[in-house]
Amino acid sequence: MRVLPNWKSGVRPRVGAPLRALLPILLLALATGCGVEYPQSTIDPRSDFAEIIHGLYVSIFWWTMLILAVVWIALSWTLVKFRARPDDPKPKQIRGHLGLEIGWTVGPALIVVAIAIPTIQAVFATQRPLEGDPIVVEVTGHRFWWEFHYPEQGVTTANELWLPVDRPVSLRLGSVDVIHSFWVPLLGGKRDVNPVRAVREGQDPRYNWLYFTPNEPGLYMGQCAEFCGESHAFMSMRVNVVTEGDFDAWVAGWFDSSGAAIPGDPGVIEGADPEAGTAVGPRDDEVESGMATAQAGDAADDDLVATGRDIFLNQAACGACHAITGTAAQGDIGPNLTLFGLRTSLAAGIMENTPENLAAWIIDPERFKPGVNMPGTGYNMESRIVAGSPFFWPATGLDDEQVRAVSAYLLSLR
Amino acid sequence: MSTATIDQAHAGHSTHDEPTGLWSWITTVDHKRIAIMYFITATFFFFVGGVEALIIRMQLWNPEQSLISPELYNQLFTMHGTTMVFLVAMPMAVAFFNYVVPLQIGARDVAFPRLNALSYWIFLFGGIYINLGWFIGQAPHASWVGYSTLTSSAYSPGLNTDFWFIGLSIIGIASIAGGVNFITTIVNMRAPGMKMMRMPLFTWMTFVTSFLLITAIPVIAVALIFLGFDRTFGSVFFEPAMGGDPVLWQHLFWIFGHPEVYILILPAFGVISDVIPTFSRKPLFGYPIVVYAGILIGFIGWGVWSHHMFTVGLGPIADSFFVAATMIIAIPTGVKIFNWIATMWGGSVQFTTAMLFSVGLLAVFTVGGLSGIMHASAPVNLQQHDSYFVVAHFHYVIVGGAMMGLWAGLYYWFPKVTGKFLDETLGKWHFWTTMVGFNLTFFPMHFSGLFGMPRRIYTYSAELNVDLYNQLSTVGAFIFGISALIMAWNIYRSARRGAPAGPNPWNAATLEWSIPSPPHHYNFPEIPVVRSREPLWNAGEREEVLAVTMPDPAEEPVMPVPSYWPILLAFAITLAWALVMTGIWWVIVLGIVPVFFCVLMWAFEPAFPEGH
Amino acid sequence: MAHTAAVHDSPDAHASHDAHATNTGISNFKLGFWTFLASECLFFGTLISTYMVYKGSAIVGPYPADLFDILHTTLSTTILLFSSLAMVLALHYVHEAKRNVAIGWLFAVIAMGGAFLYLEFQSYLKYIGYGLTLGSSTFGSSYYVLTGTHKAHVAVGMIWMAILAWRIHQGKIPPSKSDQVEVAGLYWHFVDIIWIVIFTLVYLIP
Repeated sequence: MRVLPNWKSGVRPRVGAPLRALLPILLLALATGCGVEYPQSTIDPRSDFAEIIHGLYVSIFWWTMLILAVVWIALSWTLVKFRARPDDPKPKQIRGHLGLEIGWTVGPALIVVAIAIPTIQAVFATQRPLEGDPIVVEVTGHRFWWEFHYPEQGVTTANELWLPVDRPVSLRLGSVDVIHSFWVPLLGGKRDVNPVRAVREGQDPRYNWLYFTPNEPGLYMGQCAEFCGESHAFMSMRVNVVTEGDFDAWVAGWFDSSGAAIPGDPGVIEGADPEAGTAVGPRDDEVESGMATAQAGDAADDDLVATGRDIFLNQAACGACHAITGTAAQGDIGPNLTLFGLRTSLAAGIMENTPENLAAWIIDPERFKPGVNMPGTGYNMESRIVAGSPFFWPATGLDDEQVRAVSAYLLSLR
Repeated sequence: MSTATIDQAHAGHSTHDEPTGLWSWITTVDHKRIAIMYFITATFFFFVGGVEALIIRMQLWNPEQSLISPELYNQLFTMHGTTMVFLVAMPMAVAFFNYVVPLQIGARDVAFPRLNALSYWIFLFGGIYINLGWFIGQAPHASWVGYSTLTSSAYSPGLNTDFWFIGLSIIGIASIAGGVNFITTIVNMRAPGMKMMRMPLFTWMTFVTSFLLITAIPVIAVALIFLGFDRTFGSVFFEPAMGGDPVLWQHLFWIFGHPEVYILILPAFGVISDVIPTFSRKPLFGYPIVVYAGILIGFIGWGVWSHHMFTVGLGPIADSFFVAATMIIAIPTGVKIFNWIATMWGGSVQFTTAMLFSVGLLAVFTVGGLSGIMHASAPVNLQQHDSYFVVAHFHYVIVGGAMMGLWAGLYYWFPKVTGKFLDETLGKWHFWTTMVGFNLTFFPMHFSGLFGMPRRIYTYSAELNVDLYNQLSTVGAFIFGISALIMAWNIYRSARRGAPAGPNPWNAATLEWSIPSPPHHYNFPEIPVVRSREPLWNAGEREEVLAVTMPDPAEEPVMPVPSYWPILLAFAITLAWALVMTGIWWVIVLGIVPVFFCVLMWAFEPAFPEGH
Repeated sequence: MAHTAAVHDSPDAHASHDAHATNTGISNFKLGFWTFLASECLFFGTLISTYMVYKGSAIVGPYPADLFDILHTTLSTTILLFSSLAMVLALHYVHEAKRNVAIGWLFAVIAMGGAFLYLEFQSYLKYIGYGLTLGSSTFGSSYYVLTGTHKAHVAVGMIWMAILAWRIHQGKIPPSKSDQVEVAGLYWHFVDIIWIVIFTLVYLIP
């Protein structure tokens, strides 16, 4: 039923990191052979945050193995040595031994202290903003997708977070509906994305923060780790850690119309704050101006893209929910689709971003993600009443050809 | 105390035991019958929760599979958790409290026999009620922890969550009543000479657990009331848009929820603390230490709730406090394990099925305890929380701890309850299939968790490469399911045709073994005097005790009269709570009327035959 | 509700059958009820804590400072306090086997409980007039659920007293069964003490 992604994470396991491999050595080798990738492994750190956690985990792991060995050996030894034999006399009725009691109280207590001290150090070390010039991203959890807003860069994107390598990151986490949890295991531990509580005027709302510095470029997988309803399992994300140069280019591409197959009307670019404008502007003018500046290329493809753009902005009014920088589409209900063509996955990381998958998604999102707010074309589903909201999103009523055009338009945004 | 003579035993008095028949069970106030009903009901729900688990495991067999719908999946895992905690592990422990505690302390019944019956019927009706949603396709679906705001009317608009919060509130009443009952029983109704520090460990752990019940349940009761008001009457406790705090729910839930973990595990610790000495033929090593460790676990258990909330963002100071408290609680738990091993050391260890389950508990519970230490470390917790690693951990603790202990208790006390042994061959099959199935189910979950599989997901991406671990788990789950069938068959068969067991088939030391199996409905013809922790192991004391406990009495003790008001009151309470679902205030108020009526009738009905 | 049922379980029957009394010398009925009250402490403790956490987090008014009328609440508090005295006297006269006097004092308890409820509902109406409702803010939610739960306890207590008065009238509570009144008294005093805590934390502390 689902369209399977064949996308590869691009993150190669580092060879020869003995600590990471130690826990499951035997079972792993036995069960999986070599070369299996675990794109959401918690024991394969690629950031300072993940490394602190992993170091702690490894040391605790060995302590617990020590305790387990002591208990199991003592237990087995006792059971073998003192198993009942037919001619057993009545065993000596020993009721206790103070020295032993003290010993097995103090021994574990010392181990506990040995674990607790580095733990508490790590607690403090990982919960403060990092030195340097952190890049701030405001993460907003939605049922069932992720919104990423870069306040300094003025960029808003969805489901695929771009970060420059080796630069500290401060993620500000807030939810608009239920509790989610931001978790990209290779880059560190999770942190709950709590609904933002309303506060009195003059007070600041409280957010959770997550601080880390990714230290290796790659495309990392993550997903929501707090049960958030029907499609909780389909709320994934990607984090694209790139070089500083690539990152800057990506940000520039956000505003630079030259990269887009059909550039938007410069007049509606909201500059540093694309979130500000949500009103749907005069559509006909824009389409015309967009058409006027169309780049040269394959004429049929261009036509398709142009048709798709027209449908997106006008007929299907996708802009009521979605935003595309440089167009009249400025909705902030659904994911921002600017530079959509650059995304590797769609629908919050559950499918590879191909024309076929995208078309299937547009036709019937409910099929892939039950409980989603986005309406389908109406082929096989009713309009959905969004839970807790009085608004209807009517079916778009597009036919297959129109869907193909919209897909082509969206994929051209790169 | 009075000294019964052997003459009395031969006085020719026939013991007219309780009448039989359905009505006699419905109106019974006998703690032993109530215990049996608790056990059977809990075992029934164990199979219900087990089938739910098996469907979950089938859905997770392959990545990106869609055997069932996500909504049904969510209902299944929600009800699996709710059922196993509230309708299986807790009531099964209560079944043992009921049967064993009065016998161990030399009492004829619990302090409040009718209240005891009420607890059972409320539990039964609440358990049925919370499952009613299945019949209209709206079973609870917001997970067993019911985190706000997922339970609000906005995100759970159907009746699903109504069944959940109302059902749990009903069951909570039963738990508080049970706690009050057992505290009173243990404090007030011990046989002469049965000092606190002579009580069998199972009674001790019942005592500690009862305190946890009466203190923890009110907290969740309040949380459920808040949730009910939010859903039904428009209050804003958990409404962020109005300044409400969803995290408050988590605090309240886990302030209850962590003591709840000890409510589940301490009874099992109590069982094996009685079983291990019996089958090692040695008294419990370090008795006072084991008692104090249990009390300490109960106390510290109150200060660790936020270790379930390390990802919530409480700040480093709160995190550090709860790290420290959580790690401290590992120490008394470890002490208990070492004391159990020391009890066996130097003994003559007989591997009966009860003993196998006790030893099995020591072996696998330790694994769960140690993985618990791992995520007690807050930073590590950030990687493991809400992943399958945690699922592995708490199943090792609750199944490998609580359930293993209770099954040990089943094999240990079954001869007392029925006068027949559970079949030992089938018992060993039960044990080994349990060990294989259980470990095969839950050990691979450590790996699926470490490799990033979150819990409560309907399906997982093929890219995670965790399908092998999931398939192992699924195979294990079915083996585990077979072990449960073996257990059920063993119980059924042995209850009918088991080998007869005498009063003290295991040569155990405590008072419950001083009376016939099964016991008379009045338990003790005369209350024995106790002079040590192991009355039946000490020459002299043993004869004295048996002299009063074994013979038929000259005159049968007067016992509480049966009553149908417990079941009627339980029904009225369930009905009153159910009417909250209507959301109409006058219907809700009207619903209280039958409750009030039943309370009155209960109050005016004499608990004992007239003239006594 | 179940709990009040619990307390009617026959108090001393067990002791009378065994040659020995209970281990503590306290009847099961009374000990069980104390245990239940311990449970109630946690119940109210949770409600009060929630109120303390929430009273400041209301994002819209009215706020606590806008509403509470110390004088009015002091009056109702005083009445409730005096009802405890009446309760003590009622128990005293049950011990003395002066049935009618005891019934009189029980009615005094009921009357004072009623007056308390009347005054409190009056302030409810006033607060609702000011716009504080169950759903208006977190302060409103936690205030009404906390005090409403307490009022429900007072109401249950009044009904209990009425039943006791009737039973005394029928002659079914001789001094030997004064436990039944004593436990009702425990309950009433407990409800009273909880109100003192609520009064202090909710109304007196700004």
